[in-house]
Order: sequence, then structure tokens, then C-alpha cells
Amino acid sequence: MDRRWLGDLWTWLDARLGLSYVQKIAAKKDVPVHRHTIWYYLGGMTLFLFMVQVATGVLLLFYYRPSAEEAYESIQFLMAEVEFGWLIRSIHAWAANLMILTVFIHLFSVLLLKAYRPPREITWISGIALLGLSITFGFTGYLLPWNELAYFATRVGTEIIGVVPIVGTFMLSLLRGGPDVSGATLTRFYAIHVALLPAAAGVFLAVHLFLVQKHGMSTPDSVNAGEQGARAMPFFPNFLLRDLIGWLTALAILASLAALFPAELGVKADPFQPAPVGIKPEWYFMFMFQSLKYLPAHILFMEGEAVGVFAFGIAGVLLLLVPFLDRPSIRGQRERLFIWLGIAAIAYIIVLTILGYTANPTQ
Amino acid sequence: MIDEAKSPEPSRRKFLNWLLGTSVGGLLLATGFPVSRYLIPPEAAESAATTVRLPFGPEEVPPNTAKIFKFGSKAGILVRTPAGELRAFEATCTHLNCTVQYREDIGHIWCACHNGHFDLNGINISGPPPRPLEQFVVNELADQIVVSKGT
Amino acid sequence: MRRRFSAAVILACIAMTVGQADSALAQEQQDTCLTCHRALPAGRLADPATLYAEDVHAAEGFRCIACHGGDATVVGPAAMDPDKGYIGTPERQQIPALCGRCHSNAEFMKRFNPALRVDQVAEYETSAHGQALRENDDPNVATCTDCHQSHSIKAASDPRSTVHPLNVAEMCGDCHADSTRMEPYRLPTNQLDDYQTSVHWQMITDGGDLSAPTCNDCHGNHGAAPPGVSWVGNVCGQCHAMMADLFNESRHSRVFALLGSPGCATCHNNHDVHPANDDMLGLGEGSVCARCHTDEDPGGQTAVAFRSAIDSLRMTTEEAHALLLRAENAGMEVSQALFELNGAEDALIKVRATVHSFDVDAVTTETEAGLEIAVEAQSRGREALADLRFRRLGLVASVVIIVALIIGLVMKIREIEHGA
Repeated sequence: MDRRWLGDLWTWLDARLGLSYVQKIAAKKDVPVHRHTIWYYLGGMTLFLFMVQVATGVLLLFYYRPSAEEAYESIQFLMAEVEFGWLIRSIHAWAANLMILTVFIHLFSVLLLKAYRPPREITWISGIALLGLSITFGFTGYLLPWNELAYFATRVGTEIIGVVPIVGTFMLSLLRGGPDVSGATLTRFYAIHVALLPAAAGVFLAVHLFLVQKHGMSTPDSVNAGEQGARAMPFFPNFLLRDLIGWLTALAILASLAALFPAELGVKADPFQPAPVGIKPEWYFMFMFQSLKYLPAHILFMEGEAVGVFAFGIAGVLLLLVPFLDRPSIRGQRERLFIWLGIAAIAYIIVLTILGYTANPTQ
Repeated sequence: MIDEAKSPEPSRRKFLNWLLGTSVGGLLLATGFPVSRYLIPPEAAESAATTVRLPFGPEEVPPNTAKIFKFGSKAGILVRTPAGELRAFEATCTHLNCTVQYREDIGHIWCACHNGHFDLNGINISGPPPRPLEQFVVNELADQIVVSKGT
Repeated sequence: MRRRFSAAVILACIAMTVGQADSALAQEQQDTCLTCHRALPAGRLADPATLYAEDVHAAEGFRCIACHGGDATVVGPAAMDPDKGYIGTPERQQIPALCGRCHSNAEFMKRFNPALRVDQVAEYETSAHGQALRENDDPNVATCTDCHQSHSIKAASDPRSTVHPLNVAEMCGDCHADSTRMEPYRLPTNQLDDYQTSVHWQMITDGGDLSAPTCNDCHGNHGAAPPGVSWVGNVCGQCHAMMADLFNESRHSRVFALLGSPGCATCHNNHDVHPANDDMLGLGEGSVCARCHTDEDPGGQTAVAFRSAIDSLRMTTEEAHALLLRAENAGMEVSQALFELNGAEDALIKVRATVHSFDVDAVTTETEAGLEIAVEAQSRGREALADLRFRRLGLVASVVIIVALIIGLVMKIREIEHGA
């Protein structure tokens, strides 16, 4: 009985949506099985966290009010009066952090396994774009509760743009909506966070996912060279079910973090108060923040900070162009230089981040 | 039916399906419950720090009495003057932040802590309070009282 | 030399009078005092004329002759003819009467400043300054012009005025903090320094509360005199009415009067009144009770009892507050409980006031009222934290569900892959 009814529904839908076409593609899709297969799950994990962000973000919009006068109060209301408001906000805050973490791991696994080799250059570029968007999501979202910590961290964070020569001041006021971080900045960041970024992320995500479907999973060189006739498992249902296990684990971790360490609100931002000691950016900016601190006031004829910002800009462009710079890999040779560069970058980020949290804040 | 007959362990498969079905149902419940509770508007209907709808109606405040209400995290006092007019003030004394009360016998707002007196315009008229009480705007909408901070 | 100088002045005056003949100013009544004295080089003779431009009296249309006499329509020394009532610089002993000609005349003052009192001279006569001036003919004591200036008198509400609340202390201190000036009177000179450490000065300067007391509020402005020992309480009671009432009814009031101890100032000091704190009570460090009492006498025991009542209320309130804040930070709804806890904080302030009655029953009643609220808030805080544990239970339940689902999926995968 049941089955026949389901079958009818399937036929009806298939005729209108072309489901059997999708089914055919899914059935054909294979995922290579080897000792690096575990890294294939990180992209899906990031996607899951992104969906969590969209869902909780939409829920938060029901109560949030984007103005300097009301933002803090509306979050206070959400946390204290709205049932499970604390849970939704805490999940949103924790999933944001976890998502950036998985994005970074995904990036470095792809870099070290050289999954960017032809024909996947555009997949890589869209991935870097998504990384940039994730970080911007984090940066703009951090200010929205309009508490003291967020206010001053944003003031310091946006100031960095001001050191760019010539256009810096203009860009700074464009971003802040005025000379200083104010209610105008809040509405700007809000617009960016809930409209601009989701739209952009949607586009890049579609490109990224389409290309992943088109080219399939990349197999690392070491596997190609070492094991003849590598094994594979079907994407549906074998890989997808494993993916689901990963998602559920992430959900359990998220729920635990949210319930045990709920997001705090702190005190309302007061632009006329002096900045509290030891203002720290979000952890994923820490390595950049800490690097800038170590730079001397002047390098040659330029300001130290400007040099640092310039250097990080160059590093970003280089990262974007890795598929084109790694010429030996394009020719199919095994080249270890970029692997070592990747490992060096990971080590640099980890060391500077640790320093950022352990070094004396007054220095 | 045919599948199950072929399967070597029909009971194991049954259990697996039951486990999957129940836990998926449980998960849907565990996410659906908080989300639906979240969407129900809470009793304190406004989050704005500048307006509050009082939990009592105008008929509950007869002339020459007053009631204390909660305005954000602070106290407010709603006074109905002997002439019948509703007025609202911040209820924290400007001296040491005690909560003030209405004295029906003398028709003053009065702070018991140090015997500070305010008149029905909130002006400090006797005792230690250095400043008048902040006055709020009172609006009566049908049988509700809405108090808001003046601009 | 001198004659040449006078000639120059007269010429200058004539030139200016003629020069201004056409101007609109000339339409008004001429004031030759100002015209000539302003033309003189800066110094003793010119400064009063310049300063007077901003004087409150000038704004009301009074001219030099109102105080100095003479004829302002005549140019040159003839204007300063004693026959025309010219008195030059008034003798210090004359000054109160000179000001009083107008300021003691209600009829006259009504025309200019109806709100102004007219008893200043009468009050001055009762002051230590006025008595010394009148009875001892002492020219060194303060008279009207020393506090109000002579030619740049401004309303007390004008921040530039020497008698504005922000400036009074320094103005009195000009003499009273000067040991050479005070030496003949054998007066101490530490009052200004002491006062500037007080909570009252702090209220005026940092708190911006100009109604907080400065010198004149306790000593009287025109009737300046030290308050007598028996009526110190009346002075403090102008503002601290509740405390003064309670204290007046207390046994300390009578005992202090007998001992000649200065009321409020016995414990709170006179000029250096510091913010009162709980340490003043009891017999511990910083205690003022311990100056007279020991733990041997009932008074000392009462002091200790008061202190422990206040401490227990304060600590219970603080604990309740901390508990509620912890719950609030964990996202629990405790705003109503926090709001109600205000009552305990009120009670604490009330108990601190009630202590001035030195009445054990009254203090106990107030303390218990506060404790009841604080204990209630404490239990609300505990409930909220218990609720928090319940939340964690909910978390455990959902994690169990997720784990069950994961196990199910693992089994499913096995089944699929074994089947294949």
C-alpha cells in the first residue's frame, strides 16, 4: 500500500521535476577511497554549518533591531525574554566560529593535497572567495550586538583599512559610514551581513558546488602514483550517509557548546568610554592582529602597519593564484615546494595565534 | 515483504528501521520544539528601552493613588493625581536611588530612605534629593497604559 | 609734573566730550567719571572704570556717583567736589551702610530685583565680621566689597562671580587659609584644605550639584559665624532632615549636648565630611563608636549589633545579586527578581539612616524587612540556576537522540556495504 502510493508520487514528481535525471547522476557519482578520504568530509561539514547559520540567522532577524539605540536592548530581550532565544543566538555564534575553522581546515587540506590542479582552478578561486566571505560574515556579525567588546574590536579592526595609502581614509569612512564607528556603521554592517554577503555567498556556493559535481573529487598525486586502480564508493548513499554522521556530530557539538557556554552579551557599547584593556579581535583575525603588533613603527619610508597590511594583501592574492603559480603540478610533475609553503603558513598562523592569546596585552 | 523474506536477519533490519525512524523523529522534535517556542512572542511584548506597556489598566489606579511599574531594569511610578490625571516618573530617588512611593496623606511622592519629597510634577521640594524625578510620557490606549521616555 | 599731567587729563576729557558730541551716546546722560577715568593709563584710577562695565549695577543703569557721590555732568576736578556729595573711596567702616542705603530698602530694591532679600546688612551686623568691624573698629575683617568685589559685582548665579558656589570656598579661603592674616585672631587655617577633601566639595565639583553646601550654606552668607555646638544638627539638618530628626530623638543627642560635643560633627567631622561608610559603625578599624565605647559597655555591644545587622543585609543582598547575575549571564530570565532585589538595596540605605536613631528595635525591623526580600531573591536565583541544570538535561536528551541516530546510520551503512 505504502510503497505504491510513494511510487505514484515519485512518478508524478519525476515527470515534472526530472528527478530520475538527478538520480542517474547521483548513482553514477563515485568518491575515491584512500587514506586521505577523510578530508573530503570537510567541505560538506562547512556547507552544513552554513545552513545552520542561515536558519539561525533568519530566526535572529525576528527579534533583532539594527540601530545603536536598540540593538543591544533587542539582544538582551532575546536572551532574557524569548524562549530559547539564548539557544538560537548561542548556536549562531558557535556555528560561526566552527564554520570558519572548518573553512580553514578545508582550505589547507585542499592546498596540501593539491586538489587545485587543472581543471579545478575555478573551484579553488570560488573557494577562496567563500573564505573571504566567511571572514567578512564573522567581522560584520561581531559588531551587531553592539556591546563594548564588539565596538572597540571593530574600531581597531576597521582602522587597519585607514593605513592603505591615498584611498585609505575614504575607504574607512565608506565602511564605517562616517569618520568613526557609530550607529551608521551598525546599519551598514547589518546590511552587509544579512543581505550582501548571503547573496554573494549563494552565488559562489552554487558555482563551487556545481564545479565539485562536474569534476568530481580530486585524487591526490601520491594516491594516483602509489595504488593502481584506486578503490571508490558510491556517493549515494554510502558517502552521503557518512556525511550525515559528520553533520550530526557537528550538531551535537554545537548544541553542547551552546548549552554549556552560551554566548555572552557583556555591557552596552559606549563610544565615549575609553577602550578597555586587552581588546582582542575574533580568534581568526588574531594572527594578523598579532603580526601587526610586532612590526616596527616605520619600515623604510612606509608606516609599519601599512607594510603589514600590504603584505597580507599580497599573501591573499598569492593564495588566490596558487593553481597558476604551481607550474610543475600543472605539468603533472610532483612538486613539494607548495606543500612546504602551506605547512609553513599553517605553522605561522598557529604560532602567532597562540602568541596573541598568551602575550601581555599591554605590550 | 519479498525483500524481508530474502534478508538473512529480518529482525535486525526491523530494529534498524525502527531506530532510524524514531531517532529522526526525535531529532525533528528536538529542533522543532525550541524553534516553535522561539517564534511565539514572549509576554513582555516590547524590547524597546524607551516604551513600556503597563501590566495594569487605568481603572486599577484610582485618583490619589499610585502604582510602581517596571521600566526596563528600573522602577517607574504611575500616579493618578487627586484631579484624575495620570502622570509617570522614574521611581528612583535622585538622592541615593531608593524606590520612591506615593503618600496619599500629603499628596507627595515620597522617598522613605531619607524623607525626600517630590511634588506631582516630580520636582524635589524637600529633603536631600538634588534633582527632580525624570518625567515620562503617559498615553492611554483603550484600556492600556503606555509609558514612554520623552525625547 | 603733576600739574602737567592733570592738564593732559582735562584736555583729553574735553577732546573726547567734543569728539562724541555728535554721536548717539551723547544723547544719553553724560557720565564724565567714566569718560575721564577710562582715558587714564591702566592702574588704580582707571581700572574701576573699566571693570565697572561688566558690573551688575551698571547693567541696571547705576553710575559711579551712586556710591561715590559727586557730579557726573561736570568735566574735571570740579566733578569731585565734596560739596556735591563726593566721598572718594569710602572708609571700610562706611561700606555696609553705603550698600545698605539701597540693599536694605525694600521699596527701592523691588524696582530692580524683587526677589532679592533686603536683610543682608542686618545679617552682616550679627556676623563675626560685622561685630569686629563695628565694635572693635577692625578694618581688616571682611565687609561687602571683600566678598563681592567693589567694581565687578556679579550675581551669585554668574560663574564668574566670587560668590558663585564653585568659587565661594576659594574666596573665603583667601583670608581664612592665610596664616598671617588669621594669626591675630588665633583662628585655624586648615578649613579650606579640609573642606576640599569633603564629600560636599566633591558633589559641587565632580557631581555638578551646586546645591551641595559650601562655606556659606552652613555658616550663613552674610551672618557668617561658626555654628554653635548645640545647633550643628540644625545646620546639617537643612539637607539631612531625616538623619537630624532621628538623631535629635536619640539618646546621643542629649549626651553629646551634655558633653559639649558638636552633634553630627562628632562622628562626621565638620569641614572634612567624608562619605559615610559601614566601617564607621561597630568597634573595628575606622570605627567612630570606638572613640567612646568598648566591647565592655552596652553601647559598644549595640554598635557591634548594628554593624552585624548591616553587614548581614549587605552580604545577603550582594550574594543574591551575584547569584541572579550568574543566572542572567547564563541566559536565564531573572529581570523581575533583580528588580525586586532593589527593595533590599533600599532597605540597606534605610537601615543606614535608621542607625542615627540608635534605636535597636527600629534597626532590627528595617533589617529584617530587607533580609526577607534578599532571601527571596536568593531563592529565585537558585531556582533559575536549577532551571539551568534542567536545560542541560534537555541538552543531554538531544545529544542522546543524535547519538542514537548516528549509531543507526553506522549500522545502515554496514548493511548497505555488506549487502553489496
